[in-house]
Amino acid sequence: MRFPLLAALALSLALASCAPPTADNDDATTITVSAAASLTDAFTEIGEAFTEANPGIEVRFNFAGSSTLAEQINAGAPVDVFAAASSLSMDRARDALAEPTLFASNSLAIAAPAGNPAGIVSLADLQDPNVTFIVCAVQVPCGAATEALLERNGLEVTPSSLEPDVRAVLTKVIADEADAGIVYRTDTAAAGDQVEQIAIADEVNVINHYPIAATKAAPQAADAFVDFVLSESGQQILRTWEFASP
Amino acid sequence: MKRTTARTTTPAPRLLIALAALALAFLLLPLIGLLLETPWAQLPALLTTTTATEALRLSIITSLLAAAVATILGVPLAWVLARKEFTGQRLVRGIVLLPLVLPPVVGGVTLLTAFGRRGLVGQYLYDWFGIQLPFSTAGVVMAEAFVAMPFLVITVEGALRNIDTRYEQAARTLGASPRTVLFRITLPMISASLLAGIVLAWARALGEFGATITFAGNFPGVTQTLPLAVYSALEVSRDEAIALSLVLLAVSLTVLVSLRGRFLGSRS
Repeated sequence: MRFPLLAALALSLALASCAPPTADNDDATTITVSAAASLTDAFTEIGEAFTEANPGIEVRFNFAGSSTLAEQINAGAPVDVFAAASSLSMDRARDALAEPTLFASNSLAIAAPAGNPAGIVSLADLQDPNVTFIVCAVQVPCGAATEALLERNGLEVTPSSLEPDVRAVLTKVIADEADAGIVYRTDTAAAGDQVEQIAIADEVNVINHYPIAATKAAPQAADAFVDFVLSESGQQILRTWEFASP
Repeated sequence: MKRTTARTTTPAPRLLIALAALALAFLLLPLIGLLLETPWAQLPALLTTTTATEALRLSIITSLLAAAVATILGVPLAWVLARKEFTGQRLVRGIVLLPLVLPPVVGGVTLLTAFGRRGLVGQYLYDWFGIQLPFSTAGVVMAEAFVAMPFLVITVEGALRNIDTRYEQAARTLGASPRTVLFRITLPMISASLLAGIVLAWARALGEFGATITFAGNFPGVTQTLPLAVYSALEVSRDEAIALSLVLLAVSLTVLVSLRGRFLGSRS
Protein backbone atom coordinates (compact mmCIF):
# COMPACT_ATOMS: atom_id res chain seq x y z
CA MET A 1 0.00 0.00 0.00
CA ARG A 2 1.14 3.51 -0.70
CA PHE A 3 0.18 6.42 1.52
CA PRO A 4 2.84 8.94 0.55
CA LEU A 5 1.29 11.90 2.26
CA LEU A 6 0.42 10.09 5.47
CA ALA A 7 3.95 8.72 5.48
CA ALA A 8 5.37 12.18 4.89
CA LEU A 9 3.25 13.55 7.71
CA ALA A 10 4.35 10.82 10.08
CA LEU A 11 7.95 11.40 9.09
CA SER A 12 7.77 15.14 9.59
CA LEU A 13 6.17 14.57 12.98
CA ALA A 14 9.01 12.26 13.94
CA LEU A 15 11.57 14.76 12.72
CA ALA A 16 9.85 17.58 14.55
CA SER A 17 9.96 15.73 17.83
CA CYS A 18 13.57 14.59 17.77
CA ALA A 19 15.62 17.16 15.88
CA PRO A 20 14.09 20.56 15.20
CA PRO A 21 16.13 21.96 12.29
CA THR A 22 15.15 25.43 13.44
CA ALA A 23 17.23 25.21 16.60
CA ASP A 24 19.53 28.19 16.93
CA ASN A 25 23.08 27.48 16.04
CA ASP A 26 26.23 29.55 16.58
CA ASP A 27 27.36 29.30 12.97
CA ALA A 28 24.26 29.44 10.82
CA THR A 29 20.50 29.28 11.14
CA THR A 30 18.46 27.33 8.63
CA ILE A 31 14.85 28.27 8.17
CA THR A 32 12.28 26.14 6.39
CA VAL A 33 9.86 27.98 4.12
CA SER A 34 6.77 26.17 2.88
CA ALA A 35 5.56 27.95 -0.23
CA ALA A 36 2.81 27.43 -2.80
CA ALA A 37 3.89 25.58 -5.95
CA SER A 38 3.28 28.71 -8.03
CA LEU A 39 6.00 30.52 -6.05
CA THR A 40 8.68 27.96 -6.99
CA ASP A 41 10.76 30.21 -9.27
CA ALA A 42 10.17 33.56 -7.58
CA PHE A 43 10.91 32.25 -4.06
CA THR A 44 13.98 30.33 -5.15
CA GLU A 45 15.40 33.61 -6.42
CA ILE A 46 14.23 35.49 -3.32
CA GLY A 47 15.90 32.83 -1.16
CA GLU A 48 19.23 33.36 -2.91
CA ALA A 49 18.96 37.15 -2.58
CA PHE A 50 17.96 36.80 1.08
CA THR A 51 20.94 34.59 1.96
CA GLU A 52 23.21 37.02 0.14
CA ALA A 53 21.84 39.88 2.26
CA ASN A 54 21.84 37.77 5.47
CA PRO A 55 24.88 35.47 5.21
CA GLY A 56 24.11 33.78 8.54
CA ILE A 57 20.73 32.42 7.44
CA GLU A 58 20.17 29.51 5.09
CA VAL A 59 16.73 29.05 3.54
CA ARG A 60 15.28 25.63 2.74
CA PHE A 61 12.15 25.48 0.59
CA ASN A 62 9.26 23.06 0.59
CA PHE A 63 7.11 23.71 -2.49
CA ALA A 64 3.72 21.99 -2.88
CA GLY A 65 0.02 22.71 -3.17
CA SER A 66 -1.00 25.21 -0.45
CA SER A 67 -3.51 22.85 1.14
CA THR A 68 -0.92 20.06 1.43
CA LEU A 69 1.44 22.53 3.10
CA ALA A 70 -1.29 23.67 5.52
CA GLU A 71 -2.03 20.04 6.39
CA GLN A 72 1.68 19.39 7.03
CA ILE A 73 1.89 22.40 9.37
CA ASN A 74 -1.20 21.20 11.25
CA ALA A 75 0.44 17.81 11.67
CA GLY A 76 3.45 19.48 13.29
CA ALA A 77 5.91 19.74 10.40
CA PRO A 78 8.93 21.87 11.37
CA VAL A 79 8.11 24.88 9.20
CA ASP A 80 9.13 28.46 9.96
CA VAL A 81 7.40 30.44 7.22
CA PHE A 82 4.26 29.65 5.23
CA ALA A 83 3.47 31.45 1.97
CA ALA A 84 0.13 30.33 0.51
CA ALA A 85 -1.63 31.07 -2.75
CA SER A 86 -4.86 32.00 -1.00
CA SER A 87 -6.05 33.13 2.42
CA LEU A 88 -8.45 30.20 2.47
CA SER A 89 -5.61 27.64 2.53
CA MET A 90 -3.64 29.69 5.02
CA ASP A 91 -6.63 29.78 7.36
CA ARG A 92 -6.47 25.97 7.65
CA ALA A 93 -3.20 26.29 9.55
CA ARG A 94 -4.12 29.61 11.18
CA ASP A 95 -3.67 28.37 14.77
CA ALA A 96 0.02 27.67 14.22
CA LEU A 97 0.74 30.97 12.49
CA ALA A 98 1.49 34.59 13.38
CA GLU A 99 -0.59 37.37 11.76
CA PRO A 100 -0.38 36.94 7.93
CA THR A 101 0.38 39.77 5.49
CA LEU A 102 -0.59 39.84 1.81
CA PHE A 103 2.52 40.09 -0.38
CA ALA A 104 1.45 39.44 -3.99
CA SER A 105 -1.44 38.70 -6.27
CA ASN A 106 -1.86 36.52 -9.30
CA SER A 107 -4.53 35.81 -11.90
CA LEU A 108 -5.28 32.90 -14.19
CA ALA A 109 -4.33 32.23 -17.79
CA ILE A 110 -4.70 29.39 -20.27
CA ALA A 111 -1.48 27.61 -21.14
CA ALA A 112 -1.23 25.63 -24.37
CA PRO A 113 1.74 23.54 -25.55
CA ALA A 114 4.23 25.35 -27.82
CA GLY A 115 2.56 25.95 -31.19
CA ASN A 116 -0.92 25.67 -29.65
CA PRO A 117 -1.83 22.47 -31.59
CA ALA A 118 -5.53 22.65 -30.72
CA GLY A 119 -5.77 26.32 -31.74
CA ILE A 120 -7.19 27.58 -28.43
CA VAL A 121 -7.97 31.30 -28.51
CA SER A 122 -10.40 31.79 -25.65
CA LEU A 123 -11.99 30.15 -22.62
CA ALA A 124 -14.99 29.16 -24.77
CA ASP A 125 -12.75 26.81 -26.80
CA LEU A 126 -12.44 24.59 -23.73
CA GLN A 127 -16.08 23.57 -24.31
CA ASP A 128 -15.06 21.62 -27.43
CA PRO A 129 -15.24 17.96 -26.36
CA ASN A 130 -12.20 17.17 -28.53
CA VAL A 131 -10.03 19.51 -26.50
CA THR A 132 -8.11 17.75 -23.70
CA PHE A 133 -7.67 20.30 -20.93
CA ILE A 134 -6.55 19.91 -17.34
CA VAL A 135 -6.92 22.00 -14.21
CA CYS A 136 -5.84 22.03 -10.56
CA ALA A 137 -7.87 20.03 -8.03
CA VAL A 138 -10.38 22.25 -6.26
CA GLN A 139 -8.60 21.64 -2.92
CA VAL A 140 -5.63 23.76 -4.00
CA PRO A 141 -5.95 27.55 -4.54
CA CYS A 142 -5.47 27.44 -8.33
CA GLY A 143 -8.26 24.85 -8.51
CA ALA A 144 -10.62 26.94 -6.40
CA ALA A 145 -9.81 29.96 -8.58
CA THR A 146 -10.36 27.88 -11.73
CA GLU A 147 -13.75 26.75 -10.48
CA ALA A 148 -14.69 30.38 -9.77
CA LEU A 149 -13.42 31.37 -13.22
CA LEU A 150 -15.47 28.72 -15.05
CA GLU A 151 -18.54 29.61 -13.00
CA ARG A 152 -18.08 33.32 -13.57
CA ASN A 153 -17.94 32.77 -17.31
CA GLY A 154 -20.86 30.35 -17.32
CA LEU A 155 -18.79 27.50 -18.78
CA GLU A 156 -20.06 23.95 -18.39
CA VAL A 157 -16.90 21.97 -19.08
CA THR A 158 -15.35 18.70 -17.93
CA PRO A 159 -11.59 18.72 -17.51
CA SER A 160 -9.59 15.53 -18.14
CA SER A 161 -7.71 15.65 -14.86
CA LEU A 162 -7.63 17.40 -11.49
CA GLU A 163 -3.91 17.77 -10.80
CA PRO A 164 -2.48 18.03 -7.27
CA ASP A 165 -0.84 21.42 -7.86
CA VAL A 166 -0.42 24.07 -10.53
CA ARG A 167 3.07 22.91 -11.54
CA ALA A 168 1.71 19.44 -12.31
CA VAL A 169 -0.74 21.07 -14.75
CA LEU A 170 2.05 23.12 -16.32
CA THR A 171 4.36 20.11 -16.67
CA LYS A 172 1.73 18.08 -18.50
CA VAL A 173 0.94 20.98 -20.84
CA ILE A 174 4.65 21.46 -21.58
CA ALA A 175 4.88 17.72 -22.33
CA ASP A 176 1.97 18.18 -24.78
CA GLU A 177 -0.14 15.57 -23.00
CA ALA A 178 -2.97 18.09 -22.78
CA ASP A 179 -4.15 20.70 -25.32
CA ALA A 180 -4.61 23.29 -22.61
CA GLY A 181 -4.34 23.84 -18.88
CA ILE A 182 -5.59 26.58 -16.60
CA VAL A 183 -2.66 27.90 -14.60
CA TYR A 184 -1.50 31.17 -13.10
CA ARG A 185 -0.27 33.92 -15.40
CA THR A 186 3.06 33.68 -13.59
CA ASP A 187 3.40 30.00 -14.51
CA THR A 188 3.17 30.72 -18.22
CA ALA A 189 5.81 33.42 -17.68
CA ALA A 190 8.05 30.91 -15.88
CA ALA A 191 7.64 28.34 -18.65
CA GLY A 192 8.80 30.80 -21.34
CA ASP A 193 8.71 29.42 -24.90
CA GLN A 194 7.63 25.98 -23.74
CA VAL A 195 4.02 27.09 -23.57
CA GLU A 196 1.81 29.59 -25.33
CA GLN A 197 -0.18 31.86 -23.04
CA ILE A 198 -3.79 32.63 -23.90
CA ALA A 199 -4.62 35.63 -21.72
CA ILE A 200 -7.91 35.97 -19.87
CA ALA A 201 -9.24 39.54 -19.67
CA ASP A 202 -9.09 41.14 -16.20
CA GLU A 203 -12.83 41.80 -16.03
CA VAL A 204 -13.67 38.08 -16.34
CA ASN A 205 -10.59 36.78 -14.51
CA VAL A 206 -10.17 35.66 -10.89
CA ILE A 207 -7.51 37.22 -8.70
CA ASN A 208 -5.72 35.29 -5.92
CA HIS A 209 -4.07 37.18 -3.08
CA TYR A 210 -1.03 35.52 -1.54
CA PRO A 211 -0.51 35.75 2.26
CA ILE A 212 2.72 35.04 4.12
CA ALA A 213 3.26 34.40 7.84
CA ALA A 214 5.90 33.04 10.17
CA THR A 215 4.85 30.16 12.39
CA LYS A 216 4.43 30.93 16.10
CA ALA A 217 7.33 28.67 17.02
CA ALA A 218 9.69 30.12 14.40
CA PRO A 219 13.03 31.79 15.23
CA GLN A 220 13.61 35.51 14.47
CA ALA A 221 15.25 34.63 11.18
CA ALA A 222 11.78 33.69 9.92
CA ASP A 223 10.50 37.24 10.51
CA ALA A 224 13.56 38.53 8.67
CA PHE A 225 12.57 36.40 5.68
CA VAL A 226 8.96 37.63 5.76
CA ASP A 227 10.23 41.24 5.93
CA PHE A 228 12.53 40.56 2.99
CA VAL A 229 9.63 39.26 0.84
CA LEU A 230 7.69 42.45 1.64
CA SER A 231 10.73 44.70 1.06
CA GLU A 232 11.54 46.59 -2.14
CA SER A 233 14.04 43.92 -3.29
CA GLY A 234 11.66 41.04 -2.57
CA GLN A 235 8.80 42.74 -4.36
CA GLN A 236 11.05 43.54 -7.33
CA ILE A 237 11.89 39.84 -7.76
CA LEU A 238 8.18 38.98 -7.58
CA ARG A 239 7.50 41.54 -10.37
CA THR A 240 10.13 39.97 -12.63
CA TRP A 241 8.16 36.69 -12.31
CA GLU A 242 5.01 38.68 -13.18
CA PHE A 243 3.33 38.61 -9.80
CA ALA A 244 1.20 41.72 -9.23
CA SER A 245 1.17 43.85 -6.07
CA PRO A 246 -1.09 42.44 -3.31
CA MET B 1 3.94 -32.00 12.78
CA LYS B 2 7.52 -32.99 13.45
CA ARG B 3 8.67 -29.71 12.02
CA THR B 4 6.46 -27.72 14.38
CA THR B 5 7.92 -29.48 17.43
CA ALA B 6 11.45 -28.81 16.21
CA ARG B 7 10.61 -25.14 15.83
CA THR B 8 9.28 -24.63 19.34
CA THR B 9 12.17 -26.40 21.05
CA THR B 10 14.95 -24.45 19.32
CA PRO B 11 16.16 -21.92 21.91
CA ALA B 12 16.17 -18.37 20.55
CA PRO B 13 18.68 -15.72 21.62
CA ARG B 14 16.94 -13.03 23.66
CA LEU B 15 18.31 -10.27 21.47
CA LEU B 16 16.66 -11.88 18.46
CA ILE B 17 13.28 -11.95 20.15
CA ALA B 18 13.66 -8.32 21.23
CA LEU B 19 14.55 -7.15 17.73
CA ALA B 20 11.71 -9.18 16.25
CA ALA B 21 9.29 -7.51 18.65
CA LEU B 22 10.71 -4.12 17.67
CA ALA B 23 10.27 -4.92 13.99
CA LEU B 24 6.67 -5.96 14.55
CA ALA B 25 5.95 -2.81 16.58
CA PHE B 26 7.46 -0.68 13.81
CA LEU B 27 5.06 -2.21 11.29
CA LEU B 28 2.10 -2.37 13.62
CA LEU B 29 2.11 1.10 15.23
CA PRO B 30 1.07 3.00 12.08
CA LEU B 31 -1.88 0.63 11.69
CA ILE B 32 -2.90 1.15 15.30
CA GLY B 33 -2.55 4.91 14.83
CA LEU B 34 -4.91 4.73 11.86
CA LEU B 35 -7.43 2.61 13.75
CA LEU B 36 -7.38 5.00 16.73
CA GLU B 37 -8.00 8.00 14.48
CA THR B 38 -10.77 6.33 12.51
CA PRO B 39 -14.08 8.14 12.98
CA TRP B 40 -16.04 4.89 13.38
CA ALA B 41 -19.43 6.56 13.85
CA GLN B 42 -19.22 8.48 10.58
CA LEU B 43 -17.66 5.58 8.68
CA PRO B 44 -20.81 4.48 6.80
CA ALA B 45 -21.48 8.06 5.69
CA LEU B 46 -17.86 8.65 4.69
CA LEU B 47 -17.67 5.47 2.64
CA THR B 48 -20.90 6.05 0.72
CA THR B 49 -20.04 9.45 -0.73
CA THR B 50 -19.97 9.58 -4.53
CA THR B 51 -16.21 10.07 -4.45
CA ALA B 52 -15.70 6.99 -2.29
CA THR B 53 -18.00 4.66 -4.21
CA GLU B 54 -16.73 5.82 -7.61
CA ALA B 55 -13.13 5.40 -6.49
CA LEU B 56 -13.84 1.96 -5.04
CA ARG B 57 -15.64 0.81 -8.19
CA LEU B 58 -12.86 2.13 -10.42
CA SER B 59 -10.16 0.59 -8.22
CA ILE B 60 -11.79 -2.84 -8.32
CA ILE B 61 -12.29 -2.79 -12.10
CA THR B 62 -8.84 -1.45 -12.97
CA SER B 63 -6.94 -3.64 -10.51
CA LEU B 64 -8.68 -6.79 -11.80
CA LEU B 65 -7.95 -5.80 -15.40
CA ALA B 66 -4.34 -5.00 -14.49
CA ALA B 67 -3.99 -8.40 -12.80
CA ALA B 68 -5.43 -10.03 -15.95
CA VAL B 69 -2.99 -8.17 -18.21
CA ALA B 70 -0.11 -9.03 -15.88
CA THR B 71 -1.13 -12.72 -15.96
CA ILE B 72 -1.68 -13.04 -19.70
CA LEU B 73 1.65 -11.34 -20.49
CA GLY B 74 3.57 -12.28 -17.35
CA VAL B 75 3.14 -16.07 -17.37
CA PRO B 76 4.69 -16.47 -20.85
CA LEU B 77 7.54 -14.18 -19.83
CA ALA B 78 8.12 -16.19 -16.66
CA TRP B 79 8.11 -19.42 -18.69
CA VAL B 80 10.71 -18.07 -21.12
CA LEU B 81 12.91 -16.84 -18.25
CA ALA B 82 12.66 -20.16 -16.40
CA ARG B 83 13.01 -22.57 -19.31
CA LYS B 84 15.12 -20.91 -21.99
CA GLU B 85 18.76 -19.99 -22.01
CA PHE B 86 19.62 -16.96 -24.07
CA THR B 87 22.20 -14.20 -24.16
CA GLY B 88 21.19 -11.15 -22.19
CA GLN B 89 18.94 -13.22 -19.93
CA ARG B 90 20.25 -11.50 -16.81
CA LEU B 91 19.61 -8.11 -18.36
CA VAL B 92 16.07 -9.15 -19.29
CA ARG B 93 15.42 -10.35 -15.75
CA GLY B 94 16.75 -7.04 -14.42
CA ILE B 95 14.40 -5.12 -16.71
CA VAL B 96 11.46 -7.28 -15.63
CA LEU B 97 12.19 -6.58 -11.96
CA LEU B 98 12.90 -2.87 -12.44
CA PRO B 99 9.34 -1.68 -11.62
CA LEU B 100 9.76 -3.30 -8.17
CA VAL B 101 12.53 -0.91 -7.19
CA LEU B 102 11.72 2.09 -9.37
CA PRO B 103 9.84 4.88 -7.58
CA PRO B 104 6.32 4.60 -9.07
CA VAL B 105 6.41 8.28 -10.09
CA VAL B 106 9.45 7.48 -12.24
CA GLY B 107 7.45 4.57 -13.67
CA GLY B 108 4.74 7.08 -14.60
CA VAL B 109 7.26 9.36 -16.28
CA THR B 110 8.71 6.47 -18.30
CA LEU B 111 5.18 5.43 -19.33
CA LEU B 112 4.59 9.00 -20.56
CA THR B 113 7.77 8.92 -22.65
CA ALA B 114 6.57 5.68 -24.25
CA PHE B 115 2.79 5.97 -24.40
CA GLY B 116 2.07 9.69 -23.91
CA ARG B 117 0.74 11.75 -26.80
CA ARG B 118 4.30 12.62 -27.80
CA GLY B 119 5.74 9.33 -26.61
CA LEU B 120 7.70 6.75 -28.58
CA VAL B 121 4.62 4.66 -29.41
CA GLY B 122 1.96 7.01 -28.12
CA GLN B 123 2.50 9.58 -30.87
CA TYR B 124 1.43 7.06 -33.53
CA LEU B 125 -1.54 5.89 -31.48
CA TYR B 126 -2.58 9.53 -31.22
CA ASP B 127 -1.79 10.72 -34.75
CA TRP B 128 -3.15 7.65 -36.55
CA PHE B 129 -6.02 6.51 -34.36
CA GLY B 130 -6.68 9.48 -32.06
CA ILE B 131 -6.02 7.25 -29.02
CA GLN B 132 -4.90 9.12 -25.89
CA LEU B 133 -3.83 6.87 -23.03
CA PRO B 134 -3.04 9.59 -20.45
CA PHE B 135 -6.17 10.74 -18.59
CA SER B 136 -8.01 7.54 -19.57
CA THR B 137 -9.09 4.49 -17.58
CA ALA B 138 -6.96 2.39 -19.94
CA GLY B 139 -4.01 4.49 -18.80
CA VAL B 140 -4.77 3.56 -15.18
CA VAL B 141 -4.78 -0.14 -16.08
CA MET B 142 -1.43 0.27 -17.87
CA ALA B 143 0.15 2.07 -14.93
CA GLU B 144 -1.09 -0.61 -12.53
CA ALA B 145 -0.04 -3.52 -14.77
CA PHE B 146 3.41 -1.92 -15.14
CA VAL B 147 4.09 -1.99 -11.40
CA ALA B 148 2.24 -5.27 -10.73
CA MET B 149 3.66 -7.57 -13.39
CA PRO B 150 7.05 -8.20 -11.71
CA PHE B 151 5.28 -9.77 -8.70
CA LEU B 152 3.61 -12.28 -10.98
CA VAL B 153 6.71 -12.99 -13.05
CA ILE B 154 9.02 -13.70 -10.10
CA THR B 155 6.43 -15.87 -8.34
CA VAL B 156 5.66 -17.95 -11.43
CA GLU B 157 9.28 -18.16 -12.57
CA GLY B 158 10.32 -19.47 -9.16
CA ALA B 159 7.58 -22.11 -9.26
CA LEU B 160 8.53 -23.21 -12.77
CA ARG B 161 12.14 -23.69 -11.71
CA ASN B 162 11.13 -25.80 -8.70
CA ILE B 163 8.77 -28.32 -10.29
CA ASP B 164 9.98 -31.72 -11.40
CA THR B 165 10.28 -31.54 -15.19
CA ARG B 166 10.12 -35.33 -15.54
CA TYR B 167 6.32 -35.15 -15.60
CA GLU B 168 6.48 -32.82 -18.57
CA GLN B 169 9.06 -35.00 -20.29
CA ALA B 170 6.90 -38.07 -19.68
CA ALA B 171 3.91 -36.34 -21.20
CA ARG B 172 6.01 -35.39 -24.24
CA THR B 173 7.24 -38.97 -24.78
CA LEU B 174 3.61 -40.11 -24.58
CA GLY B 175 2.86 -37.83 -27.50
CA ALA B 176 1.37 -34.70 -25.90
CA SER B 177 1.89 -31.48 -27.84
CA PRO B 178 3.87 -28.67 -26.12
CA ARG B 179 0.59 -26.80 -25.77
CA THR B 180 -1.11 -29.74 -24.07
CA VAL B 181 1.87 -30.16 -21.76
CA LEU B 182 1.67 -26.47 -20.80
CA PHE B 183 -2.06 -26.48 -20.05
CA ARG B 184 -2.48 -30.02 -18.69
CA ILE B 185 0.79 -30.57 -16.82
CA THR B 186 2.82 -27.42 -16.22
CA LEU B 187 0.15 -24.90 -15.25
CA PRO B 188 -1.78 -27.32 -12.96
CA MET B 189 1.50 -28.17 -11.19
CA ILE B 190 2.23 -24.53 -10.40
CA SER B 191 -1.41 -23.53 -9.78
CA ALA B 192 -0.86 -22.54 -6.13
CA SER B 193 2.06 -20.25 -7.00
CA LEU B 194 0.24 -18.92 -10.03
CA LEU B 195 -2.71 -17.98 -7.85
CA ALA B 196 -0.38 -16.39 -5.29
CA GLY B 197 1.31 -14.41 -8.09
CA ILE B 198 -2.01 -13.20 -9.47
CA VAL B 199 -3.24 -12.14 -6.03
CA LEU B 200 0.01 -10.33 -5.21
CA ALA B 201 -0.08 -8.55 -8.56
CA TRP B 202 -3.70 -7.61 -7.96
CA ALA B 203 -2.96 -6.28 -4.47
CA ARG B 204 -0.06 -4.21 -5.81
CA ALA B 205 -2.29 -2.84 -8.59
CA LEU B 206 -4.96 -1.93 -6.04
CA GLY B 207 -2.48 0.14 -4.04
CA GLU B 208 -0.83 1.81 -7.03
CA PHE B 209 -0.51 5.59 -6.67
CA GLY B 210 2.56 7.29 -8.14
CA ALA B 211 2.55 5.88 -11.66
CA THR B 212 -1.21 6.37 -11.90
CA ILE B 213 -1.32 10.06 -10.94
CA THR B 214 1.70 10.80 -13.12
CA PHE B 215 0.62 8.89 -16.21
CA ALA B 216 -3.17 8.79 -16.00
CA GLY B 217 -4.00 11.92 -14.02
CA ASN B 218 -6.73 12.29 -11.44
CA PHE B 219 -10.41 12.61 -12.32
CA PRO B 220 -13.30 11.11 -10.32
CA GLY B 221 -14.94 8.20 -12.10
CA VAL B 222 -12.30 8.03 -14.86
CA THR B 223 -8.84 7.83 -13.32
CA GLN B 224 -9.29 8.58 -9.61
CA THR B 225 -8.66 5.22 -7.92
CA LEU B 226 -8.85 4.71 -4.14
CA PRO B 227 -5.24 5.71 -3.38
CA LEU B 228 -5.70 8.90 -5.45
CA ALA B 229 -8.97 9.60 -3.65
CA VAL B 230 -7.13 9.21 -0.33
CA TYR B 231 -4.53 11.72 -1.49
CA SER B 232 -7.17 14.20 -2.68
CA ALA B 233 -9.32 13.74 0.42
CA LEU B 234 -6.40 14.34 2.77
CA GLU B 235 -6.35 17.97 1.72
CA VAL B 236 -9.99 18.60 2.59
CA SER B 237 -11.15 16.00 5.07
CA ARG B 238 -8.72 13.96 7.11
CA ASP B 239 -11.61 11.77 8.27
CA GLU B 240 -12.54 10.84 4.72
CA ALA B 241 -8.90 10.09 3.90
CA ILE B 242 -8.62 7.83 6.93
CA ALA B 243 -11.88 6.05 6.10
CA LEU B 244 -10.72 5.35 2.54
CA SER B 245 -7.30 4.24 3.80
CA LEU B 246 -9.04 1.80 6.08
CA VAL B 247 -10.82 0.17 3.14
CA LEU B 248 -7.52 -0.33 1.32
CA LEU B 249 -5.93 -1.70 4.47
CA ALA B 250 -8.75 -4.11 5.20
CA VAL B 251 -8.76 -5.48 1.66
CA SER B 252 -4.98 -5.86 1.51
CA LEU B 253 -4.70 -7.48 4.92
CA THR B 254 -7.47 -9.96 4.15
CA VAL B 255 -5.75 -10.94 0.93
CA LEU B 256 -2.31 -11.27 2.48
CA VAL B 257 -3.50 -13.26 5.49
CA SER B 258 -5.45 -15.72 3.36
CA LEU B 259 -2.51 -15.99 0.98
CA ARG B 260 0.35 -16.40 3.39
CA GLY B 261 0.26 -20.16 3.82
CA ARG B 262 0.14 -20.78 0.11
CA PHE B 263 2.75 -18.20 -0.76
CA LEU B 264 5.30 -19.61 1.65
CA GLY B 265 4.35 -23.14 0.66
CA SER B 266 4.01 -24.12 4.31
CA ARG B 267 0.44 -25.36 4.13
CA SER B 268 0.45 -29.13 3.83
